[in-house]
Amino acid sequence: MKDNKGMTLIVKTVIKFLAPIVILFGVYIILHGHLTPGGGFPGGVVVASAFILLTLAYGTEVAEKKMKRSLAALLESTGALFFLILAVLGIFLGGWFFSNFLPKGEPLKLLSAGFIPLANIAIGLKVGGGIFAVFLALVIFRVAGEGGEEQK
Amino acid sequence: MIFFLSFILFLIGLYCVLIKKNLLKIVMGIVIMEYSVSLFLILLGYKKGGFPPIVTPGVEGTNFVDPLPQALVITAIVISIASLALIISLCMRIYQKYKTFDITKIRKLKG
Amino acid sequence: MNLLPLFIAIPLGTAFVIVLLGKMREIYSDILASIAALILAILPFILILSLDKGEVLVYSMGKWLPPQGINLVLDGLSRLMLIIINVVGFLAIVYSVSYMKKFTAKSKYYGLFMLMLTGMNGVVLTGDFFNLFVFAEIAAISSYALVAFGVEAEELEASFKYMVMGSIATILILFSIGLLYGLTGSLNMADVGRTIQGNGSTLLSFSMVLFLTGFGIKAAMIPFHAWLPDAHPSAPAPVSAMLSGVLIKALGVYALMRIFFNVFGFNLQLSWVFMILGLLSIFGGGLLALRQDDLKRLLAYSSISQMGFIILGLGCGNYWGILGALFHLLNHSSFKSLLFLNSGAVEYSVGTRKLDKMGGLSKVMPVTGATSTIASLSISGIPPFNGFWSKLFIIIGLVQANHFVLAVLAILASVLTLAYYLRMQRNTFFGKLKKELEKIKEAPLSMCFSMIVLAVVCVGLGIFFYPVMKVVLEPAVEVLQEGIKYSSLILGG
Repeated sequence: MKDNKGMTLIVKTVIKFLAPIVILFGVYIILHGHLTPGGGFPGGVVVASAFILLTLAYGTEVAEKKMKRSLAALLESTGALFFLILAVLGIFLGGWFFSNFLPKGEPLKLLSAGFIPLANIAIGLKVGGGIFAVFLALVIFRVAGEGGEEQK
Repeated sequence: MIFFLSFILFLIGLYCVLIKKNLLKIVMGIVIMEYSVSLFLILLGYKKGGFPPIVTPGVEGTNFVDPLPQALVITAIVISIASLALIISLCMRIYQKYKTFDITKIRKLKG
Repeated sequence: MNLLPLFIAIPLGTAFVIVLLGKMREIYSDILASIAALILAILPFILILSLDKGEVLVYSMGKWLPPQGINLVLDGLSRLMLIIINVVGFLAIVYSVSYMKKFTAKSKYYGLFMLMLTGMNGVVLTGDFFNLFVFAEIAAISSYALVAFGVEAEELEASFKYMVMGSIATILILFSIGLLYGLTGSLNMADVGRTIQGNGSTLLSFSMVLFLTGFGIKAAMIPFHAWLPDAHPSAPAPVSAMLSGVLIKALGVYALMRIFFNVFGFNLQLSWVFMILGLLSIFGGGLLALRQDDLKRLLAYSSISQMGFIILGLGCGNYWGILGALFHLLNHSSFKSLLFLNSGAVEYSVGTRKLDKMGGLSKVMPVTGATSTIASLSISGIPPFNGFWSKLFIIIGLVQANHFVLAVLAILASVLTLAYYLRMQRNTFFGKLKKELEKIKEAPLSMCFSMIVLAVVCVGLGIFFYPVMKVVLEPAVEVLQEGIKYSSLILGG
């Protein structure tokens, strides 16, 4: 990393070690949303914050290599569609919109609570992608002064 | 009477929106108002000595605080994040067009 | 199978699919959006045919039954609103196919538009306070973005103003919902309505005032109207048609009706509040509209004035008043959307909205000219058209409630409406055609289609007002007149 973009070497090194752990923690929060405090939204924000840290430390170019803005937007839409499909599947499999059609399982196990973990994953995708896309849009807008199409 | 706290916070936000001339300060006023409502909802569900409403193995107790307002607050926070992102990007676009954040100078509309 | 969730699922799904496929050719997003909107526009009519007149349909999301779970409620009032929202939405989408060509990022436009439809359908269907708030926010946030869609200086400024006002309104509404939850321990409208009967607490009045202010801002009643004359003209024309024709009704007036008639129960003080606010809006909006020289601003002020008629009719509280108000709501959504689409066609062809730069346009734009004349005659209340009947019903209601002064004032206001629409027609479509305007062409086909359909609706509603009244409006009037019996209908028992 010879280029002068981003912050100092100390920050960059720390972030390099920290970012995977932060992402892991976010995924943990998403997957355990039905058991412990947290869930799709907080976990998604934590995952997005890891990418935001990368952007702050290394500059937009490096972060964009890891996660393109179009990819983030794609993940966001996919998450939302996934959530909607789960809800509509409830009509066919459970008889009601949003009905919990999967077996409930034992309480307090990781694989329990029917489709709630799946819904959490969908929300996590949506929020993680969405917040990072918003952040990138705002940052790129300031740098380029043009082309930041911000919608959501 | 603790509810007056959130009402005072709400009034601070309203003052900010009505009096301040800077676009970003107006946005901050809106955010403060949103927080005051969140605080109000959380306080509604509070019980003295209540547990967090999470089932934990090994801990018996029925004195949970009301979980519903907490669910409402996270929804309200999600919504306020979306509108905050939109309003910030509006501010940036406005700054690009007018080169100022002062609302007394942003008056192309007569009205 | 129950059709109610489709009103939310179809537009929501279409919105995200269109955004996902945004990279593909524009024509696909046109087709996709039009088909989804067409299905949505047909669905409410299927519901009307398949249900009995006064039947109430309750749908529990995820099989969680009403006081605990979220439920969707379809009664006469929701059915009326669903027809208005989805039919006008479909026509606006068809209109946008040609109109939005000059903007980039059409797929994002359709995505936002579909999100707005989702929000409005949700608002009129839901039977839960917090769900109402969430759907209202979905509709409102996408409408903020749509107002700023052109990213010109004026549009951004208008959108910022709209957004600040709208945010304050939503915060007040959320505060009020919190208060109600604290008082009753429930968020279900029917359950809250049952619990608060006979409870004269001061906090209850406080929450009513907060609701009135919050939804009053969304409905642009006159002390809270400041955002509307900026936001509605700045948006692209089909969006203005949706905002003026539907959004202020679904988010503002519908919510006011539902909450004040069905949950709190209507009483004399509320009746006076509604009538005074209505009268202020009628005259304030009308007088300000008289001195506008921008076509769309004139229409926006006229929206405030016509919303005043609706609020005034609701304030009467008797059969004819409410019937007139609901009929005027239906009519206003048809002719005001038509007028905004006309103004869009004029702007598309001529390139300006200033009244003094136009004239004689009906020679070169026959479709736009003719439809706009129909809409103007309707909105001013000339006898065979639909606006006449609704204003007549409102005035009958006022006379029956012994408010003779108000009735005379309403007639005067109706004349005022005629005055500014005559001025608008004379300056745009009649008179001498200017030299530099002779080469103007008529608007493209898809735009003409929407305008002609809406004009036919205006004329049809005027001639066949009796069957429309019996089939669509009377169940809605019943819902409002039954008032707080709503809760026993939903919860059963």
